[in-house]
Amino acid sequence: MGILRFLAKRLLFSVFVLFGLSILIFLISRVLPGDPVRMALGPRAPEWAVQNLREQMHLDKPLPVQYYYWLVGALHGDLGQSLFTRRAVIDDIKEFLPATMELALFAGVIMAIFGILFGAIAGRYNNTWVDNVVRVFSYIGVVTPSFVFAILFLLLFGYLLGWFPTAGRLSPWVPRPPVITGMVTVDALLTGNWGALGDALWHMVLPAVALALGGMAQEARITRATISDNLKKDYIASAKGFGVPERLVMLKYLLKPSLIPTVSILGLDFASLLGNAFLVELIFNWPGFSRYGINAMLRKDLNAIAAVVMVLGVVFVTVNIIVDLVVAWLDPRIRLGAERGK
Amino acid sequence: MGGALLAIRDLFVEFKVYEGKLKVLNGVFLSVREGQRVGLVGEAGCGKTTTMKCVLRILPSPPGRITKGEILFRGEDILRMPPRKVQRIRGRGISMIFQDPTAALNPVFTIGDQLMTVIRYGSHDSLTRREVRQRAIKALAEVQLPDPERIMASYPIQLSGGMRQRVCIAMALATEPELLIADEPTTNLDVTIQDQVLRLLNELVVRRKTSVIFITHSLGVVREMADWVYVMYAGNIIEGGPKGDLFREPLHPYTRGLMRAVPKLTGGGIAEGIPGRIPDYLDPPPGCRFHPRCEHAMPRCSQKNPPFRPVREGHEVACFLYQE
Repeated sequence: MGILRFLAKRLLFSVFVLFGLSILIFLISRVLPGDPVRMALGPRAPEWAVQNLREQMHLDKPLPVQYYYWLVGALHGDLGQSLFTRRAVIDDIKEFLPATMELALFAGVIMAIFGILFGAIAGRYNNTWVDNVVRVFSYIGVVTPSFVFAILFLLLFGYLLGWFPTAGRLSPWVPRPPVITGMVTVDALLTGNWGALGDALWHMVLPAVALALGGMAQEARITRATISDNLKKDYIASAKGFGVPERLVMLKYLLKPSLIPTVSILGLDFASLLGNAFLVELIFNWPGFSRYGINAMLRKDLNAIAAVVMVLGVVFVTVNIIVDLVVAWLDPRIRLGAERGK
Repeated sequence: MGGALLAIRDLFVEFKVYEGKLKVLNGVFLSVREGQRVGLVGEAGCGKTTTMKCVLRILPSPPGRITKGEILFRGEDILRMPPRKVQRIRGRGISMIFQDPTAALNPVFTIGDQLMTVIRYGSHDSLTRREVRQRAIKALAEVQLPDPERIMASYPIQLSGGMRQRVCIAMALATEPELLIADEPTTNLDVTIQDQVLRLLNELVVRRKTSVIFITHSLGVVREMADWVYVMYAGNIIEGGPKGDLFREPLHPYTRGLMRAVPKLTGGGIAEGIPGRIPDYLDPPPGCRFHPRCEHAMPRCSQKNPPFRPVREGHEVACFLYQE
């Protein structure tokens, strides 16, 4: 009961956040220097053509009116037309978002599992050689941008060793499974096409790992710190002192309270993968959303910019709600506070 | 009273810190006989809790390290036992109530979960799930908690400090240990309920004939709850003996100072303290660690730590004043 009310409250709050975000991005994209229509049509297009397109996109109207048109369209699922692809922005998103979503989800899973695993081991055996190894690697992971990993992996595992493919989502000889979600792995899974599933996963390993390493290092550092901190808590000593087996104390009574900070950061790290995947997508020739977003900004493709930002906004808000739910499940102190209507 | 249930002999513990090594325990001797209620008195930071954590082998290590000594439980050395055997002693042999019940209970699990886990793994006999639950409810009822079913489903933050400590007492006694260690169980409670909790604890252990080590810094509590008293100072047990004898005629200068420091109800101004303060464990004074504060200090006090020796029937002291 308490959890439903909590959820309803968060959803309502999210609507306001997204509304605010839409105004902000709408204004920012329109005060950027440069005439988007002129940029789209090129320097040699006649003035009347530019004027026409401008009218067609309501760019000749005052800002509040423009925003009104955009909002009404957006609420009906119409995010306008891209100035470059000349297609509905929503179709572009449908094409590019699943590719990045898939990559980010895969990277997110790697980040969560290995980050927590390495962090927990380092924390449990803190100040031993295992801990030192994990700490050194997580420093490197945190400070190295993902494109460096991407290039290294591409050279080493792609070209020199040839273990993994270097570009794209599927090998040319593998037919693409029918589009259901747009995520190749999920579509292959749904249609029972194991060959395509394997091939798609194989293509995803390098870009996903390159993308995941930074967050993974961050998760490992946070988990290590909380675990080694909580290891000294009285409740661990008392559980052991009462005769509870060591393994149960570690895997249950130490791990659960120690995951709370990690989960909070994990959510943020996951959401930012979507936006930050740009260089990795470029290096592995991954036809993704992040690349689409950057191109939209460089070309001042107004509707595409607004749409990209709104999609990222929705992802952030959703991930945050999920994180809050998981944290509330992990931590009764927060859950009980929420139920009391705090 | 039979032989010694627990005997700590010459226990040394160090803590590694950034600045060096803290020499926290400096040769502790202590023994508990079956059915005995032992009071362990000393200032904060003198090593009482550290000693007890060694008994259960739950001293966080690193940073802590036992460098010397033995802890015999029923004649077997806990410090040299394989972990499996230590685990069988925990709970059913020895269990401990911590000073701060809020820290001793896991904040993210219900009382029921924690209590039932303790009963399942710490009990003498193997029990079904239902029996475990029944025992848990009985244990909570025994510490006079109202509505045990509701408490079982509660998280620690939903209970008051006094209730939390009752839960900890229930946990410690649910496995029917032979020896209970109670580490200042009322220090963190409101003054108004300290007495209730103490009385309850005393009643429970007397009824079950459980042996107890009762740690406190209050001589008043010891007077009420213990048969035998040990006094600890800066990592050493400096005096020990039967309660009556020790209160009637304290031998060690520190014990005498401690007794003088208790404010009297009859008035007569503020009680005297003991001048100086507890030494720095990084670089403790050589010889007897109390000598810099002692009014009877002799030259040899700063050369050698006085051995812990009986002066008369059962009354032991570590002080050169009583050794030829």
